[in-house]
Amino acid sequence: MNKLNSKIPEGSLNKKWDKHKLNIKLVSPANKNKLDIIVVGTGLAGSSAAASLAELGYNIKVFCFQDSPRRAHSIAAQGGINAAKNYQNDNDSVSRLFYDTIKGGDFRAREANTYRLAELSGAIIDQSVAQGVPFARDYAGYLDNRSFGGTLVSRTFYAKGQTGQQLLLGAYGALNRQIHTGKIKMFPNREMLDLVKIDGKARGIIIRNLITGKIEKYGAHAVVIASGGYANVFCLSTNAMGSNAGCIWQTYKKGAFFSNPCFVQIHPTCIPVHGEQQSKLTLMSESLRNDGRIWVPKDKKTAEKLRKAENPALEATKINEDERDYYLERRYPAYGNLVPRDVASRAAKERCDAGYGVNESGNAVFLDFKHALKKLGKKEIEKRYGNLFDMYDKLTADNPYKMPMQIYPAAHYTMGGSWVDYNLMTTIPGLYSIGEANFSDHGANRLGASALMQGLADGYFILPYTIGDYLSNDINSPSIDINSPEFDEATKNVKNKIDKLLNIDGSKTVDFFHKELYNIMWNYVGISRKKEELIKSLELIKKLKEDFWKDVKIPKDEYTVNQELEKAGRVADFIELAELMAKDALNRNESCGGHFREDFQTDEGEALRDDNNCAYVSAWEYKGENEEPIMHKENLVFENIKLSQRSYK
Amino acid sequence: MNFTLKIWRQKDAKSEGCFKKYTVSDINSDTTFLEMLDILNNSLILEGKEEPVAFSHDCREGICGMCGLFINGRAHGPDTGITTCQLTMRNFKTGDTIIVEPWRAKPFPVIKDLIVDRNSFDKILQAGGYISVNTGSAQDANSHLISQKDAEEAFDASACIGCGACVATCKNSSAMLFVAAKISHLARLPQGKIEAVERAKKMVAKMDELGFGGCSNTGACSVECPKNISLTHIAKLNREFLKAKF
Ligand SMILES: Cc1cc2nc3c(=O)[nH]c(=O)nc-3n(C[C@H](O)[C@H](O)[C@H](O)COP(=O)(O)OP(=O)(O)OC[C@H]3O[C@@H](n4cnc5c(N)ncnc54)[C@H](O)[C@@H]3O)c2cc1C
Ligand code: SF4
Ligand code: FES
Repeated sequence: MNKLNSKIPEGSLNKKWDKHKLNIKLVSPANKNKLDIIVVGTGLAGSSAAASLAELGYNIKVFCFQDSPRRAHSIAAQGGINAAKNYQNDNDSVSRLFYDTIKGGDFRAREANTYRLAELSGAIIDQSVAQGVPFARDYAGYLDNRSFGGTLVSRTFYAKGQTGQQLLLGAYGALNRQIHTGKIKMFPNREMLDLVKIDGKARGIIIRNLITGKIEKYGAHAVVIASGGYANVFCLSTNAMGSNAGCIWQTYKKGAFFSNPCFVQIHPTCIPVHGEQQSKLTLMSESLRNDGRIWVPKDKKTAEKLRKAENPALEATKINEDERDYYLERRYPAYGNLVPRDVASRAAKERCDAGYGVNESGNAVFLDFKHALKKLGKKEIEKRYGNLFDMYDKLTADNPYKMPMQIYPAAHYTMGGSWVDYNLMTTIPGLYSIGEANFSDHGANRLGASALMQGLADGYFILPYTIGDYLSNDINSPSIDINSPEFDEATKNVKNKIDKLLNIDGSKTVDFFHKELYNIMWNYVGISRKKEELIKSLELIKKLKEDFWKDVKIPKDEYTVNQELEKAGRVADFIELAELMAKDALNRNESCGGHFREDFQTDEGEALRDDNNCAYVSAWEYKGENEEPIMHKENLVFENIKLSQRSYK
Repeated sequence: MNFTLKIWRQKDAKSEGCFKKYTVSDINSDTTFLEMLDILNNSLILEGKEEPVAFSHDCREGICGMCGLFINGRAHGPDTGITTCQLTMRNFKTGDTIIVEPWRAKPFPVIKDLIVDRNSFDKILQAGGYISVNTGSAQDANSHLISQKDAEEAFDASACIGCGACVATCKNSSAMLFVAAKISHLARLPQGKIEAVERAKKMVAKMDELGFGGCSNTGACSVECPKNISLTHIAKLNREFLKAKF
């Protein structure tokens, strides 16, 4: 029997969500008051869900590992948020956003989910504006839009280069309002370390108080995971230092299937790696590709010269137009610099591997504003990208108004995550997963400005409805007793794991192991993958895991802030998840979106899908510590879209 | 580059703290201040004699507001318009001695080493730093026309990251710049005007209750603010607050 029931409603695509909502059972206001919900995470997904659920009358407990909910990594999103408002009258529509998203995801997402996302996109903008999100405006006071990769319409709403911050502050305001009314209890400085199941249902969580080191237990009728993505498996990524896979991984081990772990988005425009001392990579927003042009020298010798130059970017300003290869414009004339991220990342790697890289390491290409500055003037460029240019300047000491930026791809976003049905429920009853933590809407590659849209659609408009369907059957359950044996057992397991980590007392720090993992993942499970290398990565990861558990050294202090212990737990999870990512990549015998297998490509070097055998969502089931996990398949059905070779030429 | 660091060490909120001296060597000029502390910490861990230095940080790109160190007597260090995590070592000379302290302000008690408790900031915002709109009740986004100027001014105020550098810099430990930024952000927008007066009243009352000092208009806060939040917002707050009083 197939264990996956996606619960996609019958009927025509544009009626599914309406019909489904009508069929959802409601919970009366009086009963909502008796029901508790835990939300882990305060990013766009978590904050919007918690606030909306509290407004409905549920009692909410919210957790985050930072010292304030406002610091969730959604805060770092720069470029914008999509919505099919068609304010620009450029023939945008719900159907077009839906189509772009499915195509951008290389036909590996569910039609029904993606359509719903597009349908809800407009209401998100309305809601955010009502909260006071200061989106960019035109001279007459109307909302402005910009273009993002993978689309030919202007549907991206933005607030300078800080769209995520502004949207999150809106949702954080809504959260604060409910904390003030007492409907939400906020628990910052807490890290979830396990899920508690009672009679097969999600009933609570075990957390570590990051200030006191104490292990605490919390119960609820349902648990919502909104913990973000796992790109930090790659160590050097655009994610925050604390971004982790903990919640997704613990719940996987408790029975929530993990989908498409190998679908990782490598973002094409990040500040390149410099030396050994770096801790993270800084993203340069995709919006820069609206006006910036990407190039490398046409001649290898010129590239070599640049690599040896004191300041390659300064040197580059002396290179004539006819000596430059604007390789995206050359290869993809229709979309040019605005091809989707996976395409742009691979193209950059291809040029650098071929010897055209422009910085000392050979792993960088130029993003140049010379023409835009000439055409639009410094003032306009400053208005559009001022803060991004400043950020670049502060970090690299190169001035992008005077010379091109140097950029290179970096791990950024994870399309994979907990498997969820149309209601956003995982395979564990009562356990929901929203935002980047789930796998749902982006297929094998996410389009720019669509993650913010998805997180907020999940939190404001989907989960608050769908969770009622489950909780309506739970109105007679009393509050969850945290003194039950299930809670004790989970607490014991968490404590044992911490003891085990603290007692290894080896000879290497956590950072050492995380960097080792980076080397394996970036080289073998990164932008471009080969069968033999994936097999090799599995051996290397296994060995790394053994070494970690034998040789890591963590300061013993258990009952105050112990940031090394926090990191150690996260890296332990990353190493295990890395193995599943490699397995998934090895299993998927095709190239699609962010998953590029060199053994499956067209003559022109583009991704070659296999729709007959691979139009599926993988959903991995955990089988125990040293057991092989089982992969289930949810076959994707395309009733409204004709699958085609994705072309941006 | 090589540096001598004098770092504030404090076991927990109850213990007394003191400065301790460390040296780090072979640091690249591109390396950030926090990466330099990572390097120190990795060596402290391996030596095993002392615990690594605890400090707050997360995004490491100047936006989450989690980091914040007092470096050589200045919040977020010698450069301006940036957070501690964006500070690179090229702002120092090799051989320098660098003094590293936590934010010092009564409403921000030290938790450990360089980590302070800024929960009071959340409490101020919970008291009223929002527009009271429920999910689902919004009208079409373009039904509020907002002039480009108002939108940009609201944005500039809303760029505050809640880091607390303003409080740490102020000799009275006033939170005026932080509070003013939020009040001004919302009061500039038509959606936020209805509650503007009440909002100002509630937030200022909370700020006073939590033990932040009064503002004496010295302006040091704005100079050290990594997001260049302008003092004009304090004037705006005072206007809203005057309205609240009369
Ligand atoms: C630099 C950058 C720029 C981006 N720009 C854009 C953009 O322009 N447009 C766009 O659409 N998308 C963008 N994205 C992607 C988008 O920002 C994210 O996918 C999205 O914000 C994720 O939101 P979230 O709510 O799912 O998770 P997050 O915002 O990551 O929140 C995770 C929350 O979970 C909590 N948490 C995690 N683990 C635990 C645990 N174990 N215990 C307790 N709490 C935990 C954290 O404290 C946090 O509150 C960008 C991403 C990055 C990194
Ligand atoms: S006003 Fe400036 S210094 Fe104060 S908290 Fe906000 S960003 Fe930090
Ligand atoms: S770590 Fe986020 S602002 Fe410095």
